[in-house]
Amino acid sequence: MPRYRPLRSRKFASSRRRFLEGSLTVATVLPAMNRMSFAQGGQVNVYNWDTYIGETTVEDFTEATGTDVRYDLFASNDELFAKLREGNPGYDVIFPSNDFVERLVAAERLLPLDHGMIPNMSNLDAAFTDPEFDPGRTYSVPYFWGTIGVGYRKSATEGQEPKAWADLFGSDQYSGRMSLLNDSDVIEVALKYLGLSLNSSDPAEIDAAADVLIKAKPHIKAFAPDTGQDLLIAGEVDVCMEWNGDILQVMTEDDDLAYVVPEEGSILWEDTMCIPSGGPNPEAAHAFINYILEAEVHGQIAAEIKYPCPNAAALDFIPEEDRNNPSIYPSKETLERCEVAVYDQAKDDLKEKALTRVLAA
Amino acid sequence: METWRQQPLVFWAFLLPGGLWLVLFFLVPLSLIWIFSFGERSGPVDILITGTLANYIEALDPLYLSIFLKSLWIAAAATAVTLIIGFPVALAVSFAPPRLKPILLLLVILPFWTNLLIRTYAMIAVLRTRGYVNFGLEALWDGADAALAGLGIGALPRFQPLTLLYNDAAVVIGIVYVYLPFMVLPLYATLERLDRAYLEASLDLGAGQIRTMASIVVPLAKPGIVSGVILVFIPALGTFLISDLLGGPDSQLIGNVIERQFKAANNWPLGAAMSFILLYITFGILALRSYLGRDDV
Repeated sequence: MPRYRPLRSRKFASSRRRFLEGSLTVATVLPAMNRMSFAQGGQVNVYNWDTYIGETTVEDFTEATGTDVRYDLFASNDELFAKLREGNPGYDVIFPSNDFVERLVAAERLLPLDHGMIPNMSNLDAAFTDPEFDPGRTYSVPYFWGTIGVGYRKSATEGQEPKAWADLFGSDQYSGRMSLLNDSDVIEVALKYLGLSLNSSDPAEIDAAADVLIKAKPHIKAFAPDTGQDLLIAGEVDVCMEWNGDILQVMTEDDDLAYVVPEEGSILWEDTMCIPSGGPNPEAAHAFINYILEAEVHGQIAAEIKYPCPNAAALDFIPEEDRNNPSIYPSKETLERCEVAVYDQAKDDLKEKALTRVLAA
Repeated sequence: METWRQQPLVFWAFLLPGGLWLVLFFLVPLSLIWIFSFGERSGPVDILITGTLANYIEALDPLYLSIFLKSLWIAAAATAVTLIIGFPVALAVSFAPPRLKPILLLLVILPFWTNLLIRTYAMIAVLRTRGYVNFGLEALWDGADAALAGLGIGALPRFQPLTLLYNDAAVVIGIVYVYLPFMVLPLYATLERLDRAYLEASLDLGAGQIRTMASIVVPLAKPGIVSGVILVFIPALGTFLISDLLGGPDSQLIGNVIERQFKAANNWPLGAAMSFILLYITFGILALRSYLGRDDV
C-alpha cells in the first residue's frame, strides 16, 4: 500500500519544528538581552522598611528615569542583615540603620558610594554629612532620623503624663497598661534611665539595666515587636515605647495620642540608604538615591510619613506644623540628652543575653 | 511485584524524585546547620568550624534550660488540650452519616488553606480586650444587667473584660487552634477503621457507653493518639510565631530564643546548637515511641 503522506501535513510538521526552534532561540536569547539593556532602562531592586516611602515615590521615579523599581519590604535590621549575610541576593539599594551600617561595613557587604553620581548630597543638613558611624559618608546617605520615645493616650494618663523613663520603670502607675519594644533597645533605654551611657559595655551596668526591667516586668502588658502603636490605638495599652514616626502616624488617626522623648534621654537613630556590593545595577542604585535626595521628593516623603528629615533643602516642602512639632523635630536640649548606638559585637552579645534573661524572668 | 528487586527500575523511578528532594532540601541544609553547631563566630558573617563543643555547653546554661523546660511544659499542656478537644471531634466525624463525612472533614482541613500568620492575627482579634470574645461576654453581661434592672433587683457592677491575650494561656489557645487538624486527622483515620462489631459486642455484654469508650475505643485508637500527639507536640515545642504574637512578657519559648540567635544576636553556632538539642529530644521521643510500640507490629 502506498504510503499516504498529505503534502499539507508535511509542510505543517516542518513549520511546527521551525516554530519550536525559533521560539527556543528567542527564549534563550531574551534573558541575556534583558541583562544587556540594564544600563539604559533596566530595573533597580530596592529593599526598604514597610510604610517608609511616599505613596507615589516609586512610580514618580520610574516616570522620571524610565527605570523600573522592584520594591521589597523587610521588618527589621536583623532580617536585612540575615538576607545579606551569605552574599547579596540581588538588591541594589538597602535601608539599614546606623549601627547596621557599621555591621555591614565590617562584614564587607557594602559598596563605597560614588559621590559624583549623587550630586543631591549637597542638599543635606551639615549635621549629617560626617557622622561617627560612617565618616565622610563613604557607604551611606541619610534617609530619615529620629528618636525612640514614649507614645501615650492623653485621656487615660490625665494628670500623670509620662515624662521620663522613671514613670515607666520606677513606678507602677501604668501597671498593665504599657508595652515596650522586644529587642535590645529596651536594655539601652534602661541604661539611660540609670543615668548610664547606652553604649556601655560594662557587664555589671548591663545586668543592672536588666534588673530594672525585671523589676518592672509585672507591670508590663506586652513586649511588642514594632506593633506598639497598634496596641496604643486599639486601646490595649495606654503607654508604649516606640519609634517617633510610628506614633506620629497613629496620631494623625487619633487626636488623643501624644509622643514624648523622656527626660533622661533616649536612643537617636538614623536610617540610611546604602548600596550592597554585588548588586545587579549600581548605576540605577545611585540614580535612585540621588532621586530620593531631591528636595521636593524627600520633602514629600517626609510630609507623608512624618519622620524628621535630614535634608535641609527639603524643609521647604514640609508643612510648617510638622516643622514646628516638637514630637517630630525635638528641641536641641532633648537631642543633647539622646545618644546614637554604636555597633560592637561583644557589647551586643551581652545585651542579647541580658534581654533573654529579662524575657525569661 | 513481590519485592523491589523484581522491578528495580520502577522502584527507583518512584523513589528518586522524593528521595532527591529529601536529600537536597532537607538533609543537606540540616547537616550544614549541624556542622555550624560545632563552629565559632569570626567576624560578623564568618563561621569557623573548629569542632568545639562550647556552643552545646552554652546552650545548656541554666537560663536556657529553664526556657527549654517551660517550652516542654507549654507544648505538653497544649497537646493535652488538643487531644481532649480533638478526640470527640474525630469520633463525631467517624460516626457521622457517610454523606456528611466529606463536608465535616473539609471543615477540619479548611484552616490549613489559610496562612498561619493570618490565622494567628485572627486569634488576636478574637482574644484581645476589644475582641470578639469580650464583645460577646459584654453583650451577655448587659443583657443580664437589663434583665435584673427590669425585675427591679438592682444593677450588676461594670463589665471587666477578660485578659485573654498576652499571657501563657493565649499561647496555649493559639497552639491548640493552629494544630487541631493535625490531631483530628490521624485520630479520624484510626477511628474510621475501628470495627463497629467490637462496640456492639461490648454493649451487648453489659458495659455502659462510657465504659465502652474507655475500655474499647480509646485503647484501639492508640496508634492514632500517638501519631496525633507527636504531630502536635513536636511543632508546638519549637513554635516562636505564636508566642511572639500572642504571648505576654513571660511567654518566651525556646523557639523565640533560637530565632533571636539567628537574627538579632547574630550567633548562628549557638542557635544551631540549641536547635539540635531540640532535634535530639525529638529523636528521643520517636525512639521511645518505637520502643513502646515494638510489640504492636
